[in-house]
This record gives sequence, structure tokens and C-alpha cells, in this order.
Amino acid sequence: MASDLSAAVPAAAAQPGALARLARRKLALFGLSVIALIVVLAVFAPLIAPYNPDEQFFDGLTLEGAPLPPSAQYWFGTDLVGRDLLSRIIYGARTSLVIGVIANGASILIGATVGITAGYFRGWIGTALMRFTDLMMAFPALLLAIVLAAIFRPSLLIVAMVIAMVNWVQIARVLYTETRSLAERDFVEAERALGAGSFRILTRHILPHLTSTIVVYSTLGIATTVLLEATLSFLGIGVQPPTASWGNIIFENQTYFTSAPWLVFIPGVAIILLALAFNLVGDALRDVLDPTQQGHH
Amino acid sequence: MISYVARRLLQSVLILVGISVVTFVLLYLLPADPARQIAGRSATAETVANIRTQLGLDLPFHEQYLRYAKGLLQGDLGRSYLQKTEVSTLIASRLPASLLLMAGAITCELVLGLAMGLIAALKRGSAVDNGLMLASFVGVSAPQFVIGIMMLYVFSVVLGWFPIGGYGTFSHLVLPSLTLGILGAGWYARMMRSSMIDVLRQDYIRTARSKGLKGRTVLFRHALPNAVLPVIAMIGIDIGLFMSGIVVVESVFGWPGIGQLAWQAIQRVDIPIIMGVTLVSACAIVIGNLVADLIAPFIDPRIKLR
Repeated sequence: MASDLSAAVPAAAAQPGALARLARRKLALFGLSVIALIVVLAVFAPLIAPYNPDEQFFDGLTLEGAPLPPSAQYWFGTDLVGRDLLSRIIYGARTSLVIGVIANGASILIGATVGITAGYFRGWIGTALMRFTDLMMAFPALLLAIVLAAIFRPSLLIVAMVIAMVNWVQIARVLYTETRSLAERDFVEAERALGAGSFRILTRHILPHLTSTIVVYSTLGIATTVLLEATLSFLGIGVQPPTASWGNIIFENQTYFTSAPWLVFIPGVAIILLALAFNLVGDALRDVLDPTQQGHH
Repeated sequence: MISYVARRLLQSVLILVGISVVTFVLLYLLPADPARQIAGRSATAETVANIRTQLGLDLPFHEQYLRYAKGLLQGDLGRSYLQKTEVSTLIASRLPASLLLMAGAITCELVLGLAMGLIAALKRGSAVDNGLMLASFVGVSAPQFVIGIMMLYVFSVVLGWFPIGGYGTFSHLVLPSLTLGILGAGWYARMMRSSMIDVLRQDYIRTARSKGLKGRTVLFRHALPNAVLPVIAMIGIDIGLFMSGIVVVESVFGWPGIGQLAWQAIQRVDIPIIMGVTLVSACAIVIGNLVADLIAPFIDPRIKLR
């Protein structure tokens, strides 16, 4: 009986056909296609990019030294020092995704550890952890990231860690609330009465119920991460040139935006598309995986 | 009620203390030596040592913190390394511009967000609804510096409707307010839509309809106020979004507020200013959340005080 009790609460992630239902939503499908395209660009960047992203071409600038507009030779034009913008955008996809995955993975890990520990064990540990979470929530994310980026010299990994240190708070709060209510359910009580240890209850009975929340927040979190990385790089304290990132392409070229607007518009649209794609998929996942919100469409 | 207010106030004070501890630890961890920064490159070792003693940098950790906290209580946020001015003076002189910008942004996000959400809810399921919700998604997915630079290009450079950045007249305020407000407008549109759909399902709306009231009366007299109030109660929480947003928006538009001050400080690694702005922003967020929590029960009596 005890093992059946947990089935009384629908474990959403295990629902069959969640992916199929996701694919039926047009916006989610659009988001998935954009993500797939950008992943392909990032993985096969050396094969796809027409030029070396760091090479400055002699014919990449006008005689006056201004960037070239989009043409048959340089599809997206060239940047302020005569590099091919298309190749830099393609390599920039790598930067965005690598930071997105590392930073978001780390923030989910921190957030889940803090939230689940606080929600399950409560007591003074739980109180201390959640008060600390509240405290971190009071800091504006961007400013805190700026201060952290000033303390550590920015490298790709450091930028990812800075973002993780700022972004774990929300997932911690959500998982805390969910774990707390799960820990009070009958099936957990029953397990405990049968003599199951905390580790077994957490991994076998509580974690499976949290997977759908974690999946949704991981997807939405990549959008947040991409935006924060772009913003830090735009402010000059994120990914450092010559490594191409969509944010630092805009940072480097912004003085030319009146005469060469493509240098801002193209990477800008790339950032919006990627963040939008993850937001659309994450939102659709929330509807699909959350049994309480059905009948929404 | 009084005990709720008291407890909420106490919590906020504790968080403020926590904020001062965190900012102090961050300052303490910073690799840059403030004494050397203040003394300048050509200073002798003796001068640097004097400044260290003066600033209390040779004291143990907890004594340094107490000095720092005492200073904070007296409004002392430290001195800028490069501008040789009190950080609190710099922030105070730039705060009005930032507050003006935030007022503009709140207006933009409410007008845009509530209108979009209302229309989407009324046309639920239609192409208009889908279009508006997609627009709201784009709004929350677009980095503010991209929106800002794009709007500058389109409305100032190409169309010439607004000045290219700067401060002073009403037309200077329009584009930065829109840029800062678009993110919030996206959230408000989604919240307003679901709040309105929720209200339209309630029994009292059915009652109002069935007693023969006109559709418009039901909508504007009965549904709208109930749908808008819980959404408006979120404004206090927006302060956190604004505090991050102004750094970007003010630097794009050359708006002379505390965001631009922070941005200039980032370029010159002027740590006390960055810290001061962070501290002031965190306090603003705590106060914003407190106000939001305290007025929420008055706006929506269904919210129970905890």
C-alpha cells in the first residue's frame, strides 16, 4: 500500500505524451525550432561559419575605415575592425549556450539544494537558509552581478558563476514551498512510519514530484541567464573580447549604431530570439506538466 | 493588524542589517586596496599607511564592520575614489532624475500592460489574444539595452521625433520610460489577462449580467476594478526590476540618474559608488516590498494577514 500512496499525487514529469502535447502548441514548436537551430549553429560553428570570427579582413572596411553593410560577400556585414559579423554571431551562439547551460545548471543545483533542504528539514537550518534567500532577493540582480564581476576577473566560467550566484534564489523559493507541502503529505508520513530514512524519502518520493517544476524553471532560467550574460557583456564586464558574445558585439560596436545599425540590430535580434524561444517553451511546459492548470487552452 | 505591521517592520529591519553585512563582506573581499586607490599612484608607503589607519583598514573584521555600519546609520556611504566626493552626496544629487524616469516607466508599463491584458482577456482565444500574448513574451525576452538602442535608432535617428538621449524636457523622457517600462508591461499584460479572465468567471459577474445590466456597465463597473486591483498591488515589487534596469537604460540614453552614476563607476572601477548604489537600491527594494505587503490587504480584502 505504501508504495501506491505516492501515485495518488500525479507525478507530472512521468506523464506520457507530455512532449507530444508540447509539440501541438504552435508557439512552443516555434521556440523548439529556434533552440534547435541555435544549438546546431553553436555545435557546428567551425563548419558553418564562412570566415574565421577573429580575422580582420583588409577588404572588410570601407576606404574611410567604416564597417561594411550586409552584402553577398559578408551576409551580415562587417564590424568596426573589419571582422565578418555572421561568423561572430555564429560563434557567439556558442558563448550564449555554454554560459546558459553552465550558469543555469549551477543555479538550479544551488537553488534545489537550498530549497529542498530548507523545505524538508525545516528547523533552524531551514529558517537560516530561507532568511538568507530572502536577503539575496533584496539585491537587484544586475547590480549584485556587477559587484561580483568586479571582484573576480571576468572569464567565461566566472561570468557563468556570477550569474548562477544571482539566479538561484527564485528556484530555491519555489522548491522550498513545494517540498514543504510534499513533506506534510500522507504518503511521506506513511513512508516515515514504515521506517524509511530521509535520504530514501527525498530521492524516491519527493524529488520525483519536483522534477516537472525543475524542468520548467530550468527552461525559463536559461532565458534569464542569456539576458543577464548579454547585459553584463554589453556593460563591458561580461564575456571579454575577442571571444564573441552577442552582448559584447553590441558593446564593441555601439558607437557606430547611427551609421551601421545592423551591428546592433542583428545581435540584438539573436538575443531576443534565443530568450524568447526558451520563455515560450518554458511557459508551454508549465501548462503541459502542471495538472492543476489544465483546460487553459 | 498592528502585530502584523510590527512583525513585517522588524523583518525589514533585519533584512536591512543583512544587506549591510553582505555589502561589507563584498567590499572586504575586493582585491583593490582602497587606501592605495585614494592615495594615488605617486603616494609614498607612509601616506598609504596613514590612510589605512585613518580608514580603519588595519582593524579586525568585526570592528571594521561596526565602523562601517555606524557610518551607514549616519548616511555615510564612503567616498568616491576618483571623484573625491561623498558617495551619498553624489547619489542624492542624481536620485531625482532616476525617480522621474521610474515614474515615467510605471506609467508606461501600467497603461501598456493593463490595456494589452484587458483586450487579450476580452478577445480570449482569438488571433488578437495570441498576438498580444506573443508581444508580451517578446517584451520580457528583450534585453533593455537592445530595446533602447533600437528605439533610439528608429524614433530619434530615422524619424527624428525624439532627441538622441539627454535630459531636460518631456520629449527626453519618453523613450527611456518606454524602454524601462516594456519589461514590466509584458508581465502586467499576462497578469491582467489571467486576473480579468478569473474575474469574468465569478458569480457576481453572472448576477450582474442576469439582472440585465449592459455589457459595458458590467465590464467597467464590476469586472475591471476587481481585476485591476490585485495587479496594481504588484507595483512595489517592480522596484527591483527598475533598479537593475536603470543602470542599462540610463547609460544608453545618457540619463543623469544613479544608474548612469553606477555605470560610469563600473568603467572606472570606482567601487564605493557601485556599492553605494547597490545598497540604496536594496533598501528601496525592501521598502517597496514592505509597502506592497502592507497595502495589499486594503486593496484586496481576501488577502489574509500572516
